[in-house]
Amino acid sequence: MAVRQNATRDEALSVASKPPQKESSSVHHTNNSLIPNKGMPLNLDLIDEIEINTSAVERRAASLVTRRTVKKEWQAAWLLRAITCMDLTTLSGDDTHERVLRLCAKARRPLQQHLVDQLGIKELDIKVAAVCVYHNFVETAVTALEGTGINVAAVSTGFPAGLSPLAERVGEVRRSVEAGAQEIDIVITRAHVFGGEWQALYDEVATFKEACGKAHMKAILGTGDLLTLRNVARASVVAMMAGSDFIKTSTGKETVNATLPVGIVMARAIREYFRHTGMMVGFKPAGGIRTAKQSLEWLAMMKEELGTPWLNADLFRFGASGMLADIERQLEHFATGRYSADYRHPIA
Amino acid sequence: MSIAQRFVSMEYGPAPEDPKEALTWLDAHKRKFSHFINGEWQSPQPAEYFDSNDPSNGELLAKIAQGSAADVDAAVKAARAALPAWQKLTPHIRARYLYAIARQVQKHSRRLAVLETIDNGKPIRESRDIDIPLVARHFYHHAGWAQVLDQEFHGYTACGVVGQIIPWNFPMLMLAWKIAPALAAGNTVVLKPAEFTPITALAFAEICQEIGLPKGVVNIITGDGRTGEALVKHPEVDKIAFTGSTEVGRAIRKATADSPKKLSLELGGKSPFVIFDDADLDSAVEGLVDGIWFNQGQVCCAGSRLLMQESIAEALVAKIRARMENLRVGSPLDKAIDIGAIVAPVQLDRIKRLVEQGVSEGATCSQPSYALPAKGLYFPPTLLTNVHPSSTVAQEEIFGPVLAAMTFRTLKEAVELANNTAYGLAASVWSENINVALQVAAQIKAGVVWVNSTNMFDAACGFGGYRESGYGREGGREGMLEYLQPAWFKDAPKVKPSPAAKNDELPADGNEGEPSIDRTVKLYIGGKQARPDSGYSMAVRAADGTLLGEAPLGNRKDIRNAVEAARKAEGWAKTAAHGKAQVLYYIAENLSQRRDEITSRLARVVGAKQAVAEVDLSIQRVFSYAAWADKFDGRVHNPPGRNVTLAMHEAIGTIAILCPTEAPLLGFISLALPAIAMGNTIVAVPSEAYPLIVGDLYQVFDTSDLPGGVVNIVTGRPTELLKTLAEHDDIDAIWCFRDEAASAQVKALSIGNLKQVWTNDGRAFDWFTTAQGEGHLFLEHAIQVKNIWVPYGE
Repeated sequence: MAVRQNATRDEALSVASKPPQKESSSVHHTNNSLIPNKGMPLNLDLIDEIEINTSAVERRAASLVTRRTVKKEWQAAWLLRAITCMDLTTLSGDDTHERVLRLCAKARRPLQQHLVDQLGIKELDIKVAAVCVYHNFVETAVTALEGTGINVAAVSTGFPAGLSPLAERVGEVRRSVEAGAQEIDIVITRAHVFGGEWQALYDEVATFKEACGKAHMKAILGTGDLLTLRNVARASVVAMMAGSDFIKTSTGKETVNATLPVGIVMARAIREYFRHTGMMVGFKPAGGIRTAKQSLEWLAMMKEELGTPWLNADLFRFGASGMLADIERQLEHFATGRYSADYRHPIA
Repeated sequence: MSIAQRFVSMEYGPAPEDPKEALTWLDAHKRKFSHFINGEWQSPQPAEYFDSNDPSNGELLAKIAQGSAADVDAAVKAARAALPAWQKLTPHIRARYLYAIARQVQKHSRRLAVLETIDNGKPIRESRDIDIPLVARHFYHHAGWAQVLDQEFHGYTACGVVGQIIPWNFPMLMLAWKIAPALAAGNTVVLKPAEFTPITALAFAEICQEIGLPKGVVNIITGDGRTGEALVKHPEVDKIAFTGSTEVGRAIRKATADSPKKLSLELGGKSPFVIFDDADLDSAVEGLVDGIWFNQGQVCCAGSRLLMQESIAEALVAKIRARMENLRVGSPLDKAIDIGAIVAPVQLDRIKRLVEQGVSEGATCSQPSYALPAKGLYFPPTLLTNVHPSSTVAQEEIFGPVLAAMTFRTLKEAVELANNTAYGLAASVWSENINVALQVAAQIKAGVVWVNSTNMFDAACGFGGYRESGYGREGGREGMLEYLQPAWFKDAPKVKPSPAAKNDELPADGNEGEPSIDRTVKLYIGGKQARPDSGYSMAVRAADGTLLGEAPLGNRKDIRNAVEAARKAEGWAKTAAHGKAQVLYYIAENLSQRRDEITSRLARVVGAKQAVAEVDLSIQRVFSYAAWADKFDGRVHNPPGRNVTLAMHEAIGTIAILCPTEAPLLGFISLALPAIAMGNTIVAVPSEAYPLIVGDLYQVFDTSDLPGGVVNIVTGRPTELLKTLAEHDDIDAIWCFRDEAASAQVKALSIGNLKQVWTNDGRAFDWFTTAQGEGHLFLEHAIQVKNIWVPYGE
């Protein structure tokens, strides 16, 4: 992404790799540390100036995963970090209250006790960042997670297509917030991106943000629908200007979900936004992230493109469900030296 | 440190590659290596060895044989002895050997990668993911060339015994670039790896044994510069291929001047990395990481000169500084580092010295804040700003992780700055506007241009430089040609001193008894007739000794003027191919009109029979090159990835031509026409046997719409003019088709700017045959291939 103007703030740029520490030394990651993005007026110049070279970004993605790796204790630590950045998610047509309760139970105790003991990480009190559900299950989850510090996130605004009437979408946000959701994952109208209707997109996201009140808002861009990385970058910037606290790749329902090139483009957009405003926006890749190895790749991407502060749950989330099981297996292997099996770990 | 602490810090931690298998291999060889000669390990004579060390920790890896002249001689003899049987094999069988090498490289890829990394200091990521896979790819690709050799290179034959000298920056990859095409073309090889990094070449020797390559086909001889010198000077070597510094390249050109050794040189560079204001800046910064911070910057084609459009310079510099802070410098065997160790103390000293000099000349030096490893040879990624074209660091190749940054205002200035160098190896151009990117790619004088990318390589795409970056290409079809020669060439007779006198009947010339009007022949410079600077003329005599006339005696100042005129006429290269063809056809038309008078004058020198043949064949030959003008096109390659690589045929520039004596007109036409058909401008020195030909030629050119300066003709004593031409630094190539002494002289004197040299090695071409007198051989020498890599996709 090229920014041709206002590029004089040398210090802001260098900060992009070392932003101000904000409670990142804390080992607990609760909703207390979520800082809202105040947004800024729509600046069309910043949209116009966006340049993305798809091939180059793809090469970066391909080489990044070969340039960085973590082994042994470091790998274990990184995998634990991945757990704490998870939005443990169930978004199926056949979800039930019991299913959500089961998920919440796993969210509270993502690791078996023997693993916690063997790794010597009791003090870390490892748990996932949030549980992500449909509106119908918000109250169930809020009750189940009370006192845990685990947030409840609700997908909203006509998820996943986001094409129901605006008033209904806004109402849906309000109802979820009233029901106790601390985080709202909204979806944008993808057509606004295709049409270059940035004002319309900005207004839509800003309306949702207003409806969110104190709840933290994640804007799902539906990157698989946007097709080009250029569109992804533009939509990212507009969503941030309109006050999104997080930008999120996908609903998990598109044919293509979170890919590393998309992640790189969104991370760089966050970096530019930070450079302009000083505000740190979070990032949530969602969909298609199933393995422990992938979780490490995404963490490395965040560390490389945005820096260590973006490795915390207040600025980084995985939208995933199956990934946890694989992380457990890898941690088991680290602890025992033996390869584990899925069925040996409690399911979510 | 506990897991909990690591959880908080989120540092990377060490990720070492286990070198055990590679070290076991070294131990199995008792950490002492002999030469690989005739399929066997042979101790050096005398028994002298030197150390090869791991630059990351200084530890001794192995003792390496120091090759003496006697060792080199043994290796060359082995290669010579192996040659007949190797050439007798069918191309298919040679293809099988190359295929087996490729497979064997893959089977042992990790061992080779680790050996490369501990010997050279490059990150294991690079040796594992880039170097060794490209080695395998190169052998696969050339197994293919071996297979189709007869169809694709009909009429060509191998050079014979090839001496190859490779550098330390990509030891095994450069070995592959050298050995694969040599074997595919049917040559046998003596290769000398760099003294800092001989180990993978020795591992390769073992691969040759493992696959049962016939003995003597590949010989590996280790040692320092003395060994290389012995190889270069060995009389039984038919071709030398060298990759390394421009300085040594010059020495090799000089050392091989008085021999018919074919030569290809891949030398240094100071490649521009041009970023326009509409580039994807973050991606361009990653391009720099893959450019100047690849292999510690010890890359001949590294994008070491950053040219930034003024409007984005400040933002870009800030991004680069932030990115340098994230690069990890450390143990080359660590899988998560970006920058490893510098190959040797002498190289580290050079980098330090040049950076210090840059700072003392006013450059601002930015380096990351982190500390380097305490032990080993390391240098941090470095950005020098406040650098100007006149700064030492902007001109000299540093061969380290040091980027020198400058700004430009316009596209035109970007091109000017990019080309403001004696080198011309590679360039990288970043812009999201395809019009800008391709225009700049077309104008930069470099053998490889990467659009929105950098340091991409593939065996199918030629690699090699313009100007002092050397000549010859590696990879692709053009790379194969470096190891082949026309089959007839070796048996061609030596050039005779002067054409045999003939006593044919001469046609009547003018009215007998009355004096004809004096005809003063002049030089032809910049499209105008010019008197010689000297004010002298020289007598031109017929075969029977009678005075035919007087030709101007050109001197060095006339050459200077002619070269200036030729340089000014460079726009000719941009003339559409059809337009060039039109002019050439017109030349044929006008030559045809003057057929009889030219024939009659020429006949007095070469006899009527030859004169008729020369003129008629000349007309045909002009037609041929008019035909070729819009047909000898480049290629499009499909390297891996979403990418097209345009292999463009570009004019070389200004070519000096010393015309043969044996066919004064046809020889001139046979050389001048392919040169101008491909867009070059020329300065030609006609044969002293009949320099008056110029008087006929310029009238033809003048009436054929040939722009002034495209063809310049200076008559005089070729042996004197030759020196000025060969030494002239603004001439891009020199073709010499005179005697053996002239060939040697031209080669030796050309080293100033390392102009491309093409000579007949004193052998006579049969200009009267199509096989020897026209076609691809000439066209290929009249162009250089520029590979433009264009990744695409939105």
